[in-house]
Amino acid sequence: MFIYLDNAATTQVDPRVLLAMEKYFLQDFANSSAIHIAGEKVDKDLNLAKEKVAKLLRADNKELIFTGSASEANNFIIKGVMRANKDKGKHLIVSQIEHPCVLAPAKELTQEGFEVSYVPVDKNGLVKLSELQKMIKPETVLVSIMTANNELGTVQDISKIAKIVKKAGAYFHTDAVQVVPYLDINMEKDNIDFLTLSAHKFHGPKGVGLAVISPEIKITPLITGGEQNNSLRAGTINTPGIIGFSKALEIAYRDKDKIREKVKGLRDYFLNKVKREIDKVELNGSLEKRLPSNLNLRFHGVEGEAVLMDLSQQGICVSTGSACSAQNLKTSYVLQALSITPDYLNSNIRFSFSKYNSKKELDETIKVLKASVARLRAFSPIK
Amino acid sequence: MPLNYTKKTLNHFLKPRNIGEIKNADAYAEIGNMVCGDQLNFSLKVEKGVIKDIKFMSFGCASNIATASIMTEKVKGMTLEEARNFDFNTITSELGGLPQQKIHCSVMAVQGLKKVIDNYEKKGEKVTNKKKVNRK
Ligand SMILES: Cc1ncc(COP(=O)(O)O)c(C=O)c1O
Repeated sequence: MFIYLDNAATTQVDPRVLLAMEKYFLQDFANSSAIHIAGEKVDKDLNLAKEKVAKLLRADNKELIFTGSASEANNFIIKGVMRANKDKGKHLIVSQIEHPCVLAPAKELTQEGFEVSYVPVDKNGLVKLSELQKMIKPETVLVSIMTANNELGTVQDISKIAKIVKKAGAYFHTDAVQVVPYLDINMEKDNIDFLTLSAHKFHGPKGVGLAVISPEIKITPLITGGEQNNSLRAGTINTPGIIGFSKALEIAYRDKDKIREKVKGLRDYFLNKVKREIDKVELNGSLEKRLPSNLNLRFHGVEGEAVLMDLSQQGICVSTGSACSAQNLKTSYVLQALSITPDYLNSNIRFSFSKYNSKKELDETIKVLKASVARLRAFSPIK
Repeated sequence: MPLNYTKKTLNHFLKPRNIGEIKNADAYAEIGNMVCGDQLNFSLKVEKGVIKDIKFMSFGCASNIATASIMTEKVKGMTLEEARNFDFNTITSELGGLPQQKIHCSVMAVQGLKKVIDNYEKKGEKVTNKKKVNRK
């Protein structure tokens, strides 16, 4: 068995989620768009699941579009809103530390003649609100700032940001993929127009994203050719996936207090013990404004991937950045945005925890980690 | 996409050969830096135009360590001429292949080797011609 500390990349499916999904493969498999009795039954169950999700997100007056991933949801919202609202303006604002599936569509849009501004973050990984204030203008259509960053776990003051955006008359989107169940989501209270989630980050199935959209704001579909989702996303509805999403979200928020306490306890235990046992370790990003599930640590004098491989050889799974960028040799643009000394950009490891981790696993990890750092430092030219 | 290092690469990463620094080495060289994410420091001992000993220090990923390790193993005992012509592809084939995005590690190891030989020869010219004569 592995010791899995890469829960920001993806998580284990909760067996109760799998159980809830099963019958939608084997019995209630009918196409929910069909008019017959079997299709009707599935459609009813889907609507119940959707209502549950909307309630948990305080998104009762919103529309839920389930997608094939959060990447798709982000693409849909960013491109869809910008392309549909050209009459309002052609300016988009995103933060410097957005996930690549926000940054890439933003870049694509510049090729279509849109203007994109990137809000910087401070050394703690928090968006500079004064900069945002300066950037926003009457032509700004959409501002997209993630609730919590995937590499650092740092949490933005979303409600404050949304207020600035609202006041300027722009729409607000937040990628909240990393936050379930560690933060409450309240779209209504926090003035969030658009929101993105992904089931596989909270013990649900892979391949099920969610774009929460506002029915009164124009949006262009990415995928056309079917009447599903009011023609905003064509394709046969993924019944088991949506049921799984809903079940996973329900469990996450039902058990949130227990999960938060447990994961934060594990995280703090890990951080304190690492600091005690290994010298010259620094935390990247704010500790206070951070998800309890994340640690991003810098080990002076050793290269992150070498530590990762040492751990991996012992069955311990961690990451050097976001899962998607783990293989590319460029250093993390997220850490760069924090103005970390270039010398230190290659010595970082992300540990991300979940409700399925145990103290024993962490003790074992620290033992291996300590040995690895000592081994690599022994022949490092950096002292 | 996993890196899928070969067994041999992992072996050289986990048990690198020739690590450390030679005391009273004949030449030293440093290649790469922390900013690009890989740095190798070499030290070299030469006797009668032959590499008597070579050691390295590394700040780098698994393949940086493994490529330097296997290269030092291969060039020990070579004449400086032979070592100069050491091809980075030899490293890749000796390791049983490297992921495409890690090939540059083998290139850097070979660059470091050339640099330490250069440094040795530059020094040799100044101090004495003896070793140069011997080699011919
Ligand atoms: C913040 C953030 N946004 C978006 C994504 C993309 O999610 P998905 O894998 O569902 O496309 C991820 C995960 O990689 C993420 O961490």
